[in-house]
Amino acid sequence: MDADSNRRVFALDRTLKNTPIEGIVETVPTYRSLLVHYDPLTLGFSELSDRLLALLDQPGSAGNLSRHWRVPVFYDGLDLDDVAKAHDMSPDELIQRHSTPRYDVAMIGFTPGFSYLRGLDPAIATPRRAQPRIATPAGTISIGGAQAALQCLAGPSGWHLLGRTPVRTFHPQRDPVFLIEPGDTVTFERIDAAAFDRLERLAERGETVAELIS
Amino acid sequence: MSTLEVVTAGPLTSVQDAGRFGAQRYGLTPSGAMDRLSLAAANALVEHPLSAPAVEIGPLKTVFIARGGPLCVALTGALRFAHTGDDPCPLYRTFTLRDGDTLTLDAARKGVFSYLAVAGELKGEAMFGSFSVNARAGLGSPYPRPLQNGDMLTFETTPAAIPDRIMTPPVFGEGAIRVVAGPQYDEFGASTDVFFNSPWQISPTSDRMGYRLEGPALTHAGHFNIVSDGTVDGSIQVAGNGQPIVLMKDRGTTGGYPKIATIISADFGRFAQTRPRHTLRFAEIGVAAAQQEARAFHALLQSLPARIRNA
Repeated sequence: MDADSNRRVFALDRTLKNTPIEGIVETVPTYRSLLVHYDPLTLGFSELSDRLLALLDQPGSAGNLSRHWRVPVFYDGLDLDDVAKAHDMSPDELIQRHSTPRYDVAMIGFTPGFSYLRGLDPAIATPRRAQPRIATPAGTISIGGAQAALQCLAGPSGWHLLGRTPVRTFHPQRDPVFLIEPGDTVTFERIDAAAFDRLERLAERGETVAELIS
Repeated sequence: MSTLEVVTAGPLTSVQDAGRFGAQRYGLTPSGAMDRLSLAAANALVEHPLSAPAVEIGPLKTVFIARGGPLCVALTGALRFAHTGDDPCPLYRTFTLRDGDTLTLDAARKGVFSYLAVAGELKGEAMFGSFSVNARAGLGSPYPRPLQNGDMLTFETTPAAIPDRIMTPPVFGEGAIRVVAGPQYDEFGASTDVFFNSPWQISPTSDRMGYRLEGPALTHAGHFNIVSDGTVDGSIQVAGNGQPIVLMKDRGTTGGYPKIATIISADFGRFAQTRPRHTLRFAEIGVAAAQQEARAFHALLQSLPARIRNA
């Protein structure tokens, strides 16, 4: 899951966005591969492969279009104390270490808006739970192995729950429907319960709540 | 304006069209009809575009009532007995529900999904160009979830009558479900032979997200947790217990299990219509052959209107 492969994926993805190939329906950037959905009635596999391989050898598109988001988090996760104990630190130190890095959104997948984040402090990396939870709340902020995640919808998870964000990376009634792009960066900011409640009400009404830093 | 009221909806019954595309990079799966060919056939009979929304009906008994005026409809897909009162309703042929008529679909005997197309315009709002229900994402119209008892589907510009039209049902194909090698195919080693030489059964726990396959456990040279990558309709992933799961229309857009093979698009609907406990086999073909089949399948879809004659 090295940063280099991930950047090459985004570079090719940007190249395809800037110079579209007819017949490509959509692309899905992931950690180290780019999935290209295409229409075989328009474009053959070997022709597409040749053109993609040729583009791989080109230098990446100039300019980094990624944005940097500040995402508020109320650290009330069910696993906060256990994870802190496992690393012999206080919950405050765990929160400090979790909210310091500038994470890369390495991939969005699984469910709408579920953002996989690269850049977790290795000192708090924690193997996934042996027993996944069937239900975790919307906006769950979690860590699993060497990864961190910003989850949008309620759903099952085998990761450790550190807190919740009022930010909805996916909101069908909002413009934009999807807030964060694969390749963006994210920093977490600790907030208290009162701020969470206030921001969550705004988020439900369609406000982005996350702050665009750059 | 007329309404189709849902009296009894079994699970797996929802409004579906060809699906929504363009947002898989954000984790939004396309959804859409499990059996595109049967959806297209129902739509062709009522002179809708082939990918228009229709009611995808699961295998259990399902009951509707027509309210407020006649509804001209067509029913395709799974083989089952459908009737209004004592009068049988045909499959692959238009018929009319009068105000107050009850349409009952008995449990499917062969196949899983039926498609009910209603002449007129389903009232609702497309999201990313589609009415398809994706319950987990809270998308779909007019209800962002599977249909429930008491739901009302309203149709505008419904004709009072349409010609009695019959379609020669399209041939579905038989034999092994054809697949191409998956992205992690090579890492399965000798297990690929086990995969192709064994009979498989579809587990009853299957749904629109995935069909679980029961059979011999497959082994994998590396770890069963790979670095997550993208999925497609028909991706066959193998979880840590060695059992394959075929990803269906409501699949997660990415997955962390290795994928041994991918069902070709032309055979996807036939696979989706395979009933739990039914035995099936897989056969490998090359990508060029799979694309030839995709073109042939597209031609079959386009030929559906020509398979209709007036009774």
